[in-house]
Amino acid sequence: MAHLIDRRPNPREKSLGNRQRFLRRSREEIKRAVDKAVNERNISDAGNGGSISIPSRGITEPRFRLSPQHGNRQRVTPGNKEFVSGDTIAKPPSGGGGSGKDASDSGEGEDDFVFSLSRSEFLDILFDDLELPDLIKSSLKDTTVSEPRRAGYSNDGTTPNLNVLRTMRNSIGRRLALNKGGTARLKELEAEADELCEREDLDISQRTRLAQLYTEIEDLKRRGRRVPFIDPIDIRYNRFERRPVPATKAVMFCLMDVSASMGEHEKDLAKRFFVLLHLFLQRQYERVEIVFIRHTHIAQEVSEEEFFYGRESGGTMVSAALETMLKIQNERYATSDWNAYVAQASDGDNFSSDTVRCVGLLEDTILPACQFYAYIEILTEAEVSRLALAGNPGKELWRGYDALKTKWTNFSSKHVASRADIYPVFRELFARRQQEGHL
Amino acid sequence: MMSQELLADKKVSGDDRRGLLFDTADWDFQTIQRTYDAIEDIALNDLGLSVYPNQVEIISSEQMLDAYCSVGMPVMYTHWSFGKRFVAEEAMYRKGYRGLAYEIVINSNPCISYCMEENTMAMQTLVVAHAAFGHNHFFKNNYLFQQWTCAEAILDYFEFAKRYIAECEERHGLRAVEDTLDAAHAVMDQSVFRYRRPSKLKVGEIERRQKERRQHEERTFQDLWRTVPQAKQSKETDEDQKQLEARKAQLKLPEENLLYFIEKQSPVLEPWQREIIRIVRSIAQYFYPQKQTKLMNEGCATFVHYYIVNELYDRGMISEGTLLEILHSHCNVVFQPEFDDPRYSGINPYALGFAMMQDIKRICEQPDAEDREWFPDIAGNNDWRGTLKSIWANYRDESFVNQFLSPRLIRQFKLFVVSDKSADDFVRIDAIHDEAGYRKVRADLAASYDITLGEPDIQIADVDFRGNRELVLRQTVREGVQVDQSDCTEIIKHLRHLWGYDVSLEGISSEDGSSIFKVTTDEAGDQS
Repeated sequence: MAHLIDRRPNPREKSLGNRQRFLRRSREEIKRAVDKAVNERNISDAGNGGSISIPSRGITEPRFRLSPQHGNRQRVTPGNKEFVSGDTIAKPPSGGGGSGKDASDSGEGEDDFVFSLSRSEFLDILFDDLELPDLIKSSLKDTTVSEPRRAGYSNDGTTPNLNVLRTMRNSIGRRLALNKGGTARLKELEAEADELCEREDLDISQRTRLAQLYTEIEDLKRRGRRVPFIDPIDIRYNRFERRPVPATKAVMFCLMDVSASMGEHEKDLAKRFFVLLHLFLQRQYERVEIVFIRHTHIAQEVSEEEFFYGRESGGTMVSAALETMLKIQNERYATSDWNAYVAQASDGDNFSSDTVRCVGLLEDTILPACQFYAYIEILTEAEVSRLALAGNPGKELWRGYDALKTKWTNFSSKHVASRADIYPVFRELFARRQQEGHL
Repeated sequence: MMSQELLADKKVSGDDRRGLLFDTADWDFQTIQRTYDAIEDIALNDLGLSVYPNQVEIISSEQMLDAYCSVGMPVMYTHWSFGKRFVAEEAMYRKGYRGLAYEIVINSNPCISYCMEENTMAMQTLVVAHAAFGHNHFFKNNYLFQQWTCAEAILDYFEFAKRYIAECEERHGLRAVEDTLDAAHAVMDQSVFRYRRPSKLKVGEIERRQKERRQHEERTFQDLWRTVPQAKQSKETDEDQKQLEARKAQLKLPEENLLYFIEKQSPVLEPWQREIIRIVRSIAQYFYPQKQTKLMNEGCATFVHYYIVNELYDRGMISEGTLLEILHSHCNVVFQPEFDDPRYSGINPYALGFAMMQDIKRICEQPDAEDREWFPDIAGNNDWRGTLKSIWANYRDESFVNQFLSPRLIRQFKLFVVSDKSADDFVRIDAIHDEAGYRKVRADLAASYDITLGEPDIQIADVDFRGNRELVLRQTVREGVQVDQSDCTEIIKHLRHLWGYDVSLEGISSEDGSSIFKVTTDEAGDQS
């Protein structure tokens, strides 16, 4: 007699503990892989998930195995077709025999361990050291903004959504149906009654007929009145469904100082900032275009590749970049169609005469025409403490921009020395969006 | 093709569906029970199998994945490597690259078989016949399983292992437990007794003893002792030399079971670490017979399910459609791709095992002249049931192939021997399926099932307790097949963690005793 047991209702996720241990163990590696992926990717697809590969070094389970390269061995193989004993066959050049690939596939060779992360897992890890709060993380990950869209009619809803046309159509139909034949009959009877009334000489039978007609007409009319003009069952409302809709389009200007003082570290921080801004904009807008403008003492629009990896030397003149940006905006991104976001990354060095010029440009033309202007001044930790000691709020450009902060709500500036500093800039950005939402 | 042939010599049973056990693809518990009873009748009364009581469990695909990834056991301690396997397997499964096994069967008493809920009723029939009777009979009767595993205690033992390791994680931290487990897993394959019978598992006893030990320690803990200066070790003189020899003999070196030695002799391990090591090597020991009988075990189970479903059909208990569905799966399972086929990945144990069982049945019933010459003791004895049962009980893969692979099968599989010497830039065909080659093919194939040849022979050769306490491992290198160097450094680092002192591994040629390679955790030794 067998025991039959249904194990399906047993608690699920029995191997959850194992999976967590595995992820924890490989977390460092995964993080490194994600960082690498972000650096290799374009800003626009940095946020997408995808497969990452981590070196299997940290997660191999070493076992003693016999080396396939050494020694003499005999293999017994099925499916002989043409060989006779004594035949010799040259080994394939790689030396390991034809099954080299198979061996590493099945034998957990030195290949990297590849697995795919979902967009949300990927972003989780990406945000991990940016110290974004959960609320913002989840809203960044959420790519859709929903908006009510008409979706047919429904029987219930609120009065403002009443659809008069539908309601009336139902009402007429219902009244017609309930009055079936009534109107025609009424007309008929009235015509007959009128005809009788017009005649002077009515005999008795005709008179009774007339009275009969009148009562019948009265009856019909009463019946008609009893059918209400609008019944609750006639009423139709417009139905709305929340459908994801992209808001509209935005252009993101990335401005970066590429003079010699911006090193690898600075550029990496700047890139992270740009990636985040792009993710944020992607969530808000259907279409996000990115314009990269790099500048030394002259400014030019460049490809992303050149932007981050190109080498250029020269002085520093920020106003040149601002002018180029304005020119591009005027030519290609009219303010009526495009929301402009500007992110400027710099180490804060500039000529004081040029700073004045920049502030002027910003105040007169740029700030009124853009949604948000973020200025991040990238410093080293040493510089931060030196500035703090000197009681100095910031470097040249920072001091110049200081006045703008109070006057313009869409201007924000921050010092960034490590990844964790990037977030506060976003907090301002988000706070602003939320305020707008309340208005 | 095969299934058509098989059907052809069946008597047509007509449209009489009254006797059918089921005629839909859906299963329910009553149908499975009814079918189980019918299968049991054939298995016990016709085939005369002797089995542990059965426990058939229905599980979902996710549970199957779970079971898969923790070495097929229903309870297993938590370890990241199982999670890694889960992530990989799940990805393969989700993408449709790999299907799941239809069943998993556990060598325990009662014998537990897992059946997937996705299986059709026909598949459940196949699975019950295959696992609950085929494998079950093999587990209960094969001498290796009888001698080396305790089917009665194993589930309790796993339960204990899981509980104990969880307790350790709580007490000593995830990290410390993981390090110990990682290190122990690395030498698991070299941690079985191949000749000495291990003691029976007595779970309650182990647990009680273990607890007592800990309580005693906690009671008698006295921090003061730590501050007492240690007595200086006396200078060793020549007289000590003799004592050392005696001690080495006492340690019973060389020792083939690495973890056993470390558990008993490591100078640095905490008691709980020793217990964990004991758990890991017990599990390795439990799976040791399975490694040696893969071919026979699957051959036996496949033969049994094949016989039973055909018998069910002959008795009019399953329909033609059901039989065809079962045969379709059966043929997929026993498919043997040839060596130049991209699907080829060695000899399929189901294919060869099943073919050999069928062949033995044929030899017993209808032997030809060749069979009478090769197998005089069983040819034409007309008792294939008894013959097969005694084979299942008394052989392992290596001896089974050596004894019972017939020339007919060698021809059918077109087996040939390729000799591969690392010094040559060519391989040589040593023997093929002809009169001159049969014995060579058979002997070489049998050798390939000998796991002492398939796994590196690594033993503990020496411990220098006088000096640096270095643990010396030695691989006996046969035919120049040395251990793969890439993992070696990693493994001996793991061992160093368990041993506390340096560990070295030396490859010694079995022919002339010369040293082939040496790796060590001792940085200084590495450079010299």
